[in-house]
Amino acid sequence: MSQLLKIRGLKIEGRSDETWNPIINGVDLDLNKGEVLGLIGESGAGKSTIGLAAMGYTRDGVRISDGSVEFEGVDLVTASAAVKRGLLGSRIAYVAQSAAASFNPAHRIIDQHTEAPTQHNVSSKADSEADGMELYRRLRLPNPNEIGFRYPHQVSGGQLQRAMTAMAMSCRPDLIIFDEPTTALDVTTQIEVLAAIRDIVEQFDTAAIYITHDLAVVAQMADKIKVLLRGDEVEEADTRTMLSAPTEDYTKSLWAVRSFERPAKPAINVKATPIVSVQGVTAAYGKVDVLHDVSFDIHEGRTVAVVGESGSGKSTTARCITGLLPPRIGHIEFEGVQMPLDYRKRDKMQLRQAQMIYQMADTALNPRKTIGETIGRPVEFYMGLTGKEKRKRVEALLDEIELEPSQYIDRLPSELSGGQKQRIGIARALAAEPKFIICDEVTSALDQLVAEGILKLLAKLQDELGLSYMFITHDLATVRAISDEVVVMKDGVVVEQGPKLDMFQPPHHPYTDLLLSSVPEMDPDWLSNLLESRGVDNIGDAAVDKM
Amino acid sequence: MNAIFTIIALLVAIAACGWVFRIAGQKFTQNRPYFRDMTFGVAFGYAFAAFALVALIWAYLQAQSSDPLVANKYFFFGKAVEGFLIFAVAAWLFRLLGRAVGTAGTRKLFRSMPLTASFGVLIIILYAIVAIFAGVIAPYGQEEILGAANVVPGGDPALGGNPEFPLGTDQIGRDILSRLIYGAQNTVGIAFATTLLAFFIGGSLGFLAATLGGWLDQLLSRVVDALMAIPSLIFALLLMTIASVWSNQVGIPLTYFMILIIAVIDATRVFRLARAVGSSIVVMDYIEAAKLRGEGLTYLIFREILPNATAPLLAEFGLRFCFVFLTIASLSFLGVGIQPPLADWGTMVRDLGQFINFAAFAPQVAVTPLLAAGAIALLTVAVNFVVDWMLHKSSGLKE
Amino acid sequence: MSGLLKIIIQRLFLGLITLLVVSVIIFTAVNLLPGDFAQAILGQGATEEAVAAIREQLGLDQHPVQRYFQWLAGALQGDLGTPMSQALFKSFAGTNTGESDVTVLSQIGPRFANTMFLAAVTAAIAVPLSIFLGILTALYRNSAFDRAMNVFTLSSISSPEFFLAYILILFLAVLNPIFPSLSNIFEGMAFGDRLEKTMLPALTLTLVVTAHMMRMTRAAIINLLASPYIEMARLKGLSPMRVIVKHALPNALAPIINVVALNLAYLITGVVIVEVVFVYPGIGQLFVDSVKIRDIPVVQACCLIFAAAYILLNLTADILSIISNPRLRHPK
Repeated sequence: MSQLLKIRGLKIEGRSDETWNPIINGVDLDLNKGEVLGLIGESGAGKSTIGLAAMGYTRDGVRISDGSVEFEGVDLVTASAAVKRGLLGSRIAYVAQSAAASFNPAHRIIDQHTEAPTQHNVSSKADSEADGMELYRRLRLPNPNEIGFRYPHQVSGGQLQRAMTAMAMSCRPDLIIFDEPTTALDVTTQIEVLAAIRDIVEQFDTAAIYITHDLAVVAQMADKIKVLLRGDEVEEADTRTMLSAPTEDYTKSLWAVRSFERPAKPAINVKATPIVSVQGVTAAYGKVDVLHDVSFDIHEGRTVAVVGESGSGKSTTARCITGLLPPRIGHIEFEGVQMPLDYRKRDKMQLRQAQMIYQMADTALNPRKTIGETIGRPVEFYMGLTGKEKRKRVEALLDEIELEPSQYIDRLPSELSGGQKQRIGIARALAAEPKFIICDEVTSALDQLVAEGILKLLAKLQDELGLSYMFITHDLATVRAISDEVVVMKDGVVVEQGPKLDMFQPPHHPYTDLLLSSVPEMDPDWLSNLLESRGVDNIGDAAVDKM
Repeated sequence: MNAIFTIIALLVAIAACGWVFRIAGQKFTQNRPYFRDMTFGVAFGYAFAAFALVALIWAYLQAQSSDPLVANKYFFFGKAVEGFLIFAVAAWLFRLLGRAVGTAGTRKLFRSMPLTASFGVLIIILYAIVAIFAGVIAPYGQEEILGAANVVPGGDPALGGNPEFPLGTDQIGRDILSRLIYGAQNTVGIAFATTLLAFFIGGSLGFLAATLGGWLDQLLSRVVDALMAIPSLIFALLLMTIASVWSNQVGIPLTYFMILIIAVIDATRVFRLARAVGSSIVVMDYIEAAKLRGEGLTYLIFREILPNATAPLLAEFGLRFCFVFLTIASLSFLGVGIQPPLADWGTMVRDLGQFINFAAFAPQVAVTPLLAAGAIALLTVAVNFVVDWMLHKSSGLKE
Repeated sequence: MSGLLKIIIQRLFLGLITLLVVSVIIFTAVNLLPGDFAQAILGQGATEEAVAAIREQLGLDQHPVQRYFQWLAGALQGDLGTPMSQALFKSFAGTNTGESDVTVLSQIGPRFANTMFLAAVTAAIAVPLSIFLGILTALYRNSAFDRAMNVFTLSSISSPEFFLAYILILFLAVLNPIFPSLSNIFEGMAFGDRLEKTMLPALTLTLVVTAHMMRMTRAAIINLLASPYIEMARLKGLSPMRVIVKHALPNALAPIINVVALNLAYLITGVVIVEVVFVYPGIGQLFVDSVKIRDIPVVQACCLIFAAAYILLNLTADILSIISNPRLRHPK
């Protein structure tokens, strides 16, 4: 096998506050023809920066300070702009994270497809157009002869992502950089894009660098895996070795995240009054109903996970419970007492009962208030504590969420990491001393290790304080880790609900089945097996449409 | 025709110089990437900048010429260059000072400050001092008539000047320097008060509309839309016409009407901004959390929204101040703004404007109207520099 | 296409409503005068008969609502009423001379044409110049050239128009007599002469408007160049020229058109001061003169014309940017 790409001692710096700070501290990388390398790491690891540097490209305010990037012997770091232009697009291609933003809205898809081949004199416009349709067919896009003549905003996200892969293939490059191509997609859509990318890369024997933060995804796609941490390489090995026998502690901890799971609790006492009961709720934004007759109960000390893809009505249900969106039909009961539908009509004690933790900790905390003020406000507002007593209570709460009080109480949110901010959000909810907390996608914006910490903290608090959670998520791994009961939603309707153990065991509602089977697993053969069992024409959107 | 030909020839020559410069650069640096990848546009830019610098120095030397005709012709140019250099050095020294003294916070601020912003801060401080202590600094009163009218500026008796009046006197014999100094107090003070009033009206209504929403928001927004459909200076002139009649009848000075009129017109712009800033904060999750906690309206506005709106509001205050200041100066220049005998820069420009035409043979005579107009421009430029830096800084932080 | 048409018709309708509301505001503002303005302008010493005569001339004896509709109907037919000066003259002369009547329209008409000429000359210089400089500063952002342009444009934006006007007079008319400092334009003038006399006011306005337009163009282009599809185009190995022409410009069109129209609207305010400085016989100067002598019918008419032009330009900006948006041009 001949070597295609050889990176040696690559150092990259980024500019902030008029100084250059290191982003990548000397990384080596080798890639042979037809080989797929998975680059994984958490946010800030420098994955995308390395991916772009492999094309000899850096974004504004970023520069390569040292090292070499040799593509078939040509060093892209020192090559002239003209030489690089000759390689980009024709020999090395790029697939971006957001296809919707990376297609030019002013031109048809096919015109953008044929641009690289015609500009690089690889083929004529007509040939390239015909080839484009052939690629669309191979990528299993619907109406392959027609879809290219649409404008990007007229095509769905998953389809655009495949069209972009086709565009990268238009010159039959030797190397394609995939920069998190499925991160923005729903699980069921992700499958078909993954399958399409893998097929086409295999068919044309193209080498690829596949960048992602999702271990299970990379396990399906890559021949070998390189793990990065804050601009340094942790380790590299072929996929199967890496998955079965990682050598470094950091890699092991990444792998272990997936195995966190709470033991099941005993069955619910059916006679007990549930803490929260959602009864036949139908709600509308304007005149359009977005929830249809949703009912479920949440019992004391238990976690109910509400699962579904974007637009399924999970968060809307939460808004109905808190009273931000009064239901059109149906009502909400707290401990058997019917609540006023509008939050403005609820009294202080009723409001105190239901607290929220938000997805984006950045927007959930007032950036101008110190941690002490943020947590202290509900303490003062609900409990009437002031002065020393209030401070004592805030310190106790900080202890509870495992942050050193004296160190954090006077900080502003901007001085905290993402995981710490999320903990402050939890402390603010706890300060009201509620019985019930709604957790709205609280871990989906966090890196896996940090997310695991938050889940463990929530579990600990539940055991200590007997809290009930409504846990909104789209991630089934999280559901498996923390929930007691599961409610599956689709298009504003509860498709299926029941104890977790039942949910992860067949038989299921077909949609639950589809959701469950679409979650990538760490097994490198998972995708192949799944495609075999479902049949190539029955994945993703196609499967959803058939229901 | 000849002039156009000269300009084209000059551009071609500069282009040729740029081309030679690039080749020479490639030769002497053994094809370093900087010269290798240099586009022709950049090379042309270097050549053009070099040419402009040479022309500048030549023109400045002309101003020092012993031939009075030539020296007069380049007098203003020379002064402009000197003024620019003096201000640049002053701003640089001021920034050095700011980096050396003060609290850790201000020192850090000065470290990241571009020269334009430190120039702006320096000028604003100077104006504030002059405006506040005008009575102490000015040699004469603003309404004092001192006998000798039309004394030429410069203080040289041979040219019709008088050392007691360094900037001369106006048509009815008032000291121009004193009136310039009092002008700072009147013009800047009135503009500042007007801006405050505009902010009070527009800001409070804007935040109220953003927080409450519903019909109040709709009503206020539509009213503001309608008021903003009339260009502000035109609307101000219309209302001033009417106010002048009222002012005669009720006996309240026209200046008060002017403050009110401009404040209301500008309040519409403040309202737009406050509402936009407010609405972008209101959708934040921490506001939802506060609402769900059961907090009242005052707590929401004063404790949650306002602290997060200070940066954009401060920048807007600077821009609004400039706008109000220019509107007042324009109205005064047109003769319907600040009324005599109060000294004010816009009126001074109007009264002294015709002296510009004597610039060719007696440059010092033409200086006074330019000084008054320049005093207006200098402050607005200074404020704009500071605001530009603030906006740049806050947008940089988001990235 | 029908969706697009619907939006445009909606905007046109909205513009019409705005104009109507503005006319109400202007009319109401004038009627806020104490008593009525015949009394106000003639002063306390005027005789009953004189006041009554003026009232009748201007139709002040009717109900305000009725007067508003009469005024509006007149304005729609091009009849903007009689100037105060004429009314006064008639009331003193006590006769109605008939044919030789000076109407507001006959006063405004030729001056309006002059102002349009000034605005057109300014736009012809300012628009290409500012788009060119805006693109250049965006491409070479943060370079010495960009910084120098930033300081220069900020300074010219913040300077009052009359300061810029006097600076130009000083350097281009007094010290180097290239252009005349007074714009005495009259009817039947040769185009070349007219252009020469209009040059200084046009250059003053150009300085202000170009600065605004250039900064906004720069911001729009920079915003655009940061978008992922431009990065994608570069990563396809396209030449810088092609990236700009094929990928940036089609999307930059909407914001640039918007910027141009908005700034032409801004010209309207600038025109007032500049016309006064250069004694340019345009509608702005007429407006200021009428404000000083409180000739209400003329002030009212000028105000309406300025507001209409302003609304029209803003509307144009709105509609053009809708048309040039590919997402709206090719609906789902």
